[in-house]
Amino acid sequence: MANFVVDKNGIKRYLVTIKVNGNEYTKMVKANSLLVNFLREDLDITGTKKACEQGDCGACTVLLDGKPVNSCMVLTLSVDGREVTTVEGLASNAKLDIIQEKFIEHSAPQCGFCAPGILMAAKALLMNNPHPTELEVREAIAGNLCRCTGYVHYVEAILDAADSQ
Amino acid sequence: MSKEVSYLNMNKQYSYVGKSLKRTDILDKVTGRGKYIDDLKFSNMLYGKLIRSTEAHARIINIDTSEAEKLPGVKAIITAKDVPSIKYGLSPARYDENIFCTDTVKFYGDKIGAICAVDEETVYKALKLIKVEYEVLPAVFTPAEAAKEDAPQIFEEFPGNVNTEIHLEFGDIEKAKQEAYYVRTDRLVGQRTLHGFIEPHCAIAYWEGKRVHIHSSHQSVHYLQHHIARIFDMKEGDVRVTLPYVGGGFGGKVDISGVDISAVALSKITGQPVKMFFDLEEVWLNGRGRHGMDMTYTTGVTKEGKILFVESETILDGGAYSGLGVATSYYAGSLLNVLYDFDNYRFDAYRYVTNLPPCGAQRGHGQPHPRYAFESHLDHIAEDLGMDPIDLRLVNARKANTVTPNGYEVKSYYLTEANELARDASGWKDKKGKLPVGRGIGVGNGGFVTGAGFCMYRTDLPHSIGMIKVYDDGTHAIVYSQAVDIGQGSDTVLTQMAAEAMGFPYEDITICTRDTDLATLDFGAYASRQTLMAGWAVKRAGEDIKKKILIQAAEMLKVKEDGGYRSGKLMPEELDCKEGLVFVKQEPGVNITFAEVARAYFVKHGVLVGRGYYHPGKLGGKHKGAAVGTSPAYSSATQIAEVEVDMETGVTKVVGTWDVHDSGCVVNPQLLHGQVHGAFSMGIGETIWEKVTFDEKGKLLNGNFAEYRMPTALDMPHVDSLVLDTFEPNGPWGVKEVGEGATTPTLGCVANAVYDAIGVRVAELPLTPEKIWRGLKEAREAKEKEGK
Repeated sequence: MANFVVDKNGIKRYLVTIKVNGNEYTKMVKANSLLVNFLREDLDITGTKKACEQGDCGACTVLLDGKPVNSCMVLTLSVDGREVTTVEGLASNAKLDIIQEKFIEHSAPQCGFCAPGILMAAKALLMNNPHPTELEVREAIAGNLCRCTGYVHYVEAILDAADSQ
Repeated sequence: MSKEVSYLNMNKQYSYVGKSLKRTDILDKVTGRGKYIDDLKFSNMLYGKLIRSTEAHARIINIDTSEAEKLPGVKAIITAKDVPSIKYGLSPARYDENIFCTDTVKFYGDKIGAICAVDEETVYKALKLIKVEYEVLPAVFTPAEAAKEDAPQIFEEFPGNVNTEIHLEFGDIEKAKQEAYYVRTDRLVGQRTLHGFIEPHCAIAYWEGKRVHIHSSHQSVHYLQHHIARIFDMKEGDVRVTLPYVGGGFGGKVDISGVDISAVALSKITGQPVKMFFDLEEVWLNGRGRHGMDMTYTTGVTKEGKILFVESETILDGGAYSGLGVATSYYAGSLLNVLYDFDNYRFDAYRYVTNLPPCGAQRGHGQPHPRYAFESHLDHIAEDLGMDPIDLRLVNARKANTVTPNGYEVKSYYLTEANELARDASGWKDKKGKLPVGRGIGVGNGGFVTGAGFCMYRTDLPHSIGMIKVYDDGTHAIVYSQAVDIGQGSDTVLTQMAAEAMGFPYEDITICTRDTDLATLDFGAYASRQTLMAGWAVKRAGEDIKKKILIQAAEMLKVKEDGGYRSGKLMPEELDCKEGLVFVKQEPGVNITFAEVARAYFVKHGVLVGRGYYHPGKLGGKHKGAAVGTSPAYSSATQIAEVEVDMETGVTKVVGTWDVHDSGCVVNPQLLHGQVHGAFSMGIGETIWEKVTFDEKGKLLNGNFAEYRMPTALDMPHVDSLVLDTFEPNGPWGVKEVGEGATTPTLGCVANAVYDAIGVRVAELPLTPEKIWRGLKEAREAKEKEGK
């Protein structure tokens, strides 16, 4: 269990150290802090989007130790000592990930609000299954709602990324 | 895999128009770098929420905020007494909404006040401490209840709870009735749906002296500025609206949602920036989605299927306030005549107010339900006449260069070609009537206005102004327009158009939009207007630049004394400019870069600016309500869907879709197909799953993405998007709309496919497994009874 201090109102604040996109951050958080808010508010890493706050839309999808999770459904405290990757962590040294490149080529996002979540879901898929079928791609992003695109260019871009790896 | 193909290709080859160029915003959107409203933070910012009614219809007796005020961190709580009492709305004849309820609440979720505090958690805690005492009043939740003689009156100004009543008649119905070979009546019901964008509404406001600066997620900087100025009795010049990236709109971010007004009011009181935000349920409570519509059509045809007359009555469930609902009511009837060519038409409509969240505009404003109903009706007529449904549509499809009986001038129109191509591409002839039980194919037609002919409020302003500024050294240009990119890609197509008109590289242009201080007037993203209207303004601004460049270049270029096509001083008309190079048309080897010419212009004259103007001018239609439906150009489209229905469970799966779109010149094919995909997806969801539901006390039941069931990647079939690359004389480079029109045929084609699959018409959307199961059961039992 993480170390904590108690403030004057008796509320506990826990010391957590979380690796985000390769960088270690040490912060004090309340027990009810959600990972999505920790990323967006405490760290000001806002690429991860917040919409439904109920685990339905997938806009806040990040990788937690390489697995895709809805960060609105994860308590920050439970991530202490673990590793999180957000959309900002996909590109390395300004070189885009192949999925990002294919999203650009296929003009996959429209309003773009769901794009960070779909990118992370796709990344998780291709890390574990480099050559997915179309159905596997659809299953992988089925938890990510998009109202603009009908998913057509997204699915094509992810399949193309798999072929280009 | 889905297909994307262009046909006809009536357009000349251009440098940038017609090409699938990379979106201007795409890098921001795939890296997480792009900022949306909730990503913005300002120093010392407060967080706020609306206080909402927990009764559907009630008189407010008392609002006790004392406990909430005592909570540390709460900075301000405001109710009706703290804000201007002015009423607002979107239709000037029906300004019926107060900032906060003054006396009665009119639906569960109505706005009672607003609160702001140092952080979100404190806001939520404080909301729980606010006590509102109500005297509960009887409420109505359906048009039928609202129409009863003893129904409670929700608004004094709408006797009988009728918010909008329309009676329009064109031609001679009675005469046509005498001539009809066959007459049929069908009644179909469309449900309340919601836009379903993922990003909830949010606004941040702060004051800079006498000026207020609002950042918001909205579809029009102009209307937001106009209404905030009007509500707070300010000069429009003292209201600045800026939009970051907008996470979808579909018509749901056109109205004034309350986050904007209350952010302005609370930041004035506190002297601090205030961020007002909705949680997802509040997006549903704010509503403004598709109206529930109960539609009855009676149509008379000749033996050959030619429509002689249509009589229609539409009952709309408006919800609590007018918003855009007056326009919706007119739109429900005004475009049928554009689609099909017949002379005798009666349209009656009644929009009732009910104690539910207000309805308004959703993608295809007022069209998808009437299209669903009429396309279903047409399929029954075709069946009764023993005709193929597509043949019936071909007999009646409007042709180009015609005028509708309600006075609308239709220039380009390729509905016939759209039907034929969709029929051939889908394998219709091998499938219609030949598929096994449980599998079916259906067709639907639709289309939309390419921009409304009038501003939403009375004004003589132009509809769009474009401006382009070239950098001092001539190497870069900025396009200015208040057009709003809500994802549809207007920033990209306007940049392509600027590049084409200027003759300047696309990749060297930046677009500056969505800001009332920085960009030039445009009414924004609604009525599928921006490609044509903002397009004209930007095209003309680009041509203005090119004209100045050619004049300047004529002074700089020299034709060889001998060996050239002629010698002597050049005239600007002898030059052209493409892709950043100015050249002599007869002798392209004599050239100079745009940048060199632009720099010389700057040295001599100062900043190089191009200006463009667009006003649609006087358009067709003279009857009351003609303003809703008149447009410089009309798109048309045919969609076909193939479905599989499980005859045991009633579960429907869409297995194939075809869209043929007559969208004029296609500026960016990839973006156009993206619009078709999204529209088809929304339409499939609305046909099979989506419905906003309430309990018996008017309390919202499914204000979330789990219970309001939108299509996922697993639900979406492949989409074959086939585009007729045509030419519209009223559009820049011949463009027409695609974004909204593409949803209008979907509900009809999917519903007709389900009918083809199961042989039973379920006449109320959505076509849930339960309704299909019941429909099949009732049909089976009726048959058994008949057999006995």
